[in-house]
Amino acid sequence: MTLPSIASLLRPSQYFTVRGGVHPETRKNLSSESAIEDMPIPSLLRIPLQQHIGAEAEPMVKRDDHVLKGQLIGKARGPVSANIHAPTSGRVIAVGHFAAPHPSALPVPTITIRPDGEDTWGPRLPRLRPENATPEEIAAQVAEAGIVGMGGATFPAAVKLNLRARYDLHTLVINGAECEPYLTCDDRLMRERAEDIYDGIGIMARALGVRQIVVAIESNKPQAIAAMQQFDRALGIPSRVQVVPTQYPMGSEKHLVKTITGRETPARALTADLGVVVHNAGTAHAVHLAVRYGEPLISRVVTVSGRGVKRPANVRVLIGTPVAEVLEHCGGLVEDPDRLLLGGPMMGQPIQNRRVPVVKGTSGILALTAAETPDRDTMPCIRCGRCAQGCPVGLTPFELNARIQSGDLEGAVKIGLLDCLTCGCCSFACPSNIPLVQTIHYAKGKLAEEEGRRHQQEEAKRLAAARKAREEAAAEAKRQMMAKRKAEMAAKKKREAEAAARAASAETPPDQAPTSQPQTAQAESTRDGGATQ
Amino acid sequence: MIEAAASMSALGLGLGLLLGVAARRFHVETPPIIDEIDGILPGTNCGACGYPGCRGLAEAMAEGTAPVTACTPGGRDVALQLAEIVDPGGDGDAALSDMADEEPHVAFIFEDHCTGCMKCFKRCPTDAIIGANKQIHTVIVDACIGCDACVEVCPTEAIVIRAKPRTLKSWYWEKPQPKFGAGAEEYPA
Ligand code: SF4
Ligand code: SF4
Repeated sequence: MTLPSIASLLRPSQYFTVRGGVHPETRKNLSSESAIEDMPIPSLLRIPLQQHIGAEAEPMVKRDDHVLKGQLIGKARGPVSANIHAPTSGRVIAVGHFAAPHPSALPVPTITIRPDGEDTWGPRLPRLRPENATPEEIAAQVAEAGIVGMGGATFPAAVKLNLRARYDLHTLVINGAECEPYLTCDDRLMRERAEDIYDGIGIMARALGVRQIVVAIESNKPQAIAAMQQFDRALGIPSRVQVVPTQYPMGSEKHLVKTITGRETPARALTADLGVVVHNAGTAHAVHLAVRYGEPLISRVVTVSGRGVKRPANVRVLIGTPVAEVLEHCGGLVEDPDRLLLGGPMMGQPIQNRRVPVVKGTSGILALTAAETPDRDTMPCIRCGRCAQGCPVGLTPFELNARIQSGDLEGAVKIGLLDCLTCGCCSFACPSNIPLVQTIHYAKGKLAEEEGRRHQQEEAKRLAAARKAREEAAAEAKRQMMAKRKAEMAAKKKREAEAAARAASAETPPDQAPTSQPQTAQAESTRDGGATQ
Repeated sequence: MIEAAASMSALGLGLGLLLGVAARRFHVETPPIIDEIDGILPGTNCGACGYPGCRGLAEAMAEGTAPVTACTPGGRDVALQLAEIVDPGGDGDAALSDMADEEPHVAFIFEDHCTGCMKCFKRCPTDAIIGANKQIHTVIVDACIGCDACVEVCPTEAIVIRAKPRTLKSWYWEKPQPKFGAGAEEYPA
């Protein structure tokens, strides 16, 4: 036992912890002691063109192209998007659609590559010496490498590195909390690659122009803390490793910032408004590889765990590897799992199709047995308030649930539906097993749909109005055309008539009488003749 | 010739004047509610309601001969807004209960049947169909309101209306319907 130092007594994190929150069994020991292993190249890679928040990437290859490792196969489209690179060399066998690693398993645009097994690198990105590079150059390199937030949010990292232009940033927080149970990929990465991660952190700090760095690690990862502390003086910028309490959802960006700085990010604002930027430890490692070695983001560490897996492990897999092959690499399944999840057990999403690929944001593959998943017998709400106590945002989930169940989405929005993180604390805490967060998921989706429909109706109105205006303009133009033609015709006729008249008047004086008179005379004579006859 | 033109113009002018005077004299105020209803309706004049255009439906609705749910492309949202102005204080929800959120529908063109006749292209009220003469036409899903206008004119029946395909962006979880006491008997009262 050591006595706490004065400095640690003054750290705000001692006094500010997350409001609410829960303490699920972490079950990290299943995989925390297995070192990161490289998975051999799989037989097939399926790389979705959208693995990030923002616009879908644009495919740069076609069927039967031969690609090299690290070659750009999907180009970022628009300001918020990310490049996608070939994880190994091989032949493109399809540019089409395949089931997404998502509970809906809807088809999404996907490039399928059959690896040739050679793993030949194509030209890498030009290396950068971060010491001499400008912040813009670093951000551009990170964008080129297609790096996205590796904690699961998958927000393009370069966009976040460019925040310097709009906000006065002073602190870079590295999120090594890894508060989801089971997951150990960041823990292992920090233990094994602390120096690389610190290098990546330094590069990001340079790009952001911050004045201090805080690496936040939950107290249940002592080895990672020790490993990271070895390097926290290696940079020119004051930096420290900060131990944060083990509590779910400590890894939520806003909650982590609250814990470290004691300041709360307002609803619907960014932590950048407080001058703080949060990046994941895994992202720092990817930045290190991209800047120092010119390697794009083509693989990631995934925790394969749960009691349904024979050999829980932390595996570095290529992006696009089918989940089934990763499971096989870990000895396969012990029994048919009750749930197969991508991500952690609190916020991860169940999948049905095991052939879906691992993507940039896949932090874990969990095969949970029935013994590990909660009881699903739902009972009526007993108004115990545990969900409200557990909610880290301070909402009243039982009330949200009641309003949503009765169809009153607007009412739910009024009491903060949109502020919900869908962290799942409420469902976890509820003794009646009421599917609170599941109901909230539904409500958020429904709300987004209604919003979309409203938008579409407005668009339809606009389109119809535009069409009407166009048709009217066309009709008007036609009418004018007709009028003009008519006028022209009339003018022409008039001119002709005038010309004829003029010609007639010019010629008539001499021969008008002789021409007309004989006619009448003739007519008269015939009539006379007729009458007389 | 000149007399003919002059007499026709005089006739036209005279009748026009007569019409103008009549319009002034026998002017009927349209009830403002019709304008209000017309403002809420999509304004695409697609004819899906069976009335001559959105205005026709607005008039019928103001008279009370058309239900607020008549505009199918508008869907529940429009119906709800209409219910509020047509029957304020009335039980709009009751009338709408049978209109339980229809899934959005859009037109789809079977490409092997499309002859590129441009008929649908000309009919679409929101310009959601693109194509050119003797080229296969296609529907821009995001602009289509699923009104049926193109289906009616297609000479080869190459167009169908089907549920709007779901994407990752529009997909969401179903509403959980907890069944209380799945094992309720086991709990003593
Ligand atoms: S899921 Fe939403 S309502 Fe439930 S605890 Fe988390 S933030 Fe609160
Ligand atoms: S925790 Fe469950 S039972 Fe308790 S108040 Fe919340 S919803 Fe009701």
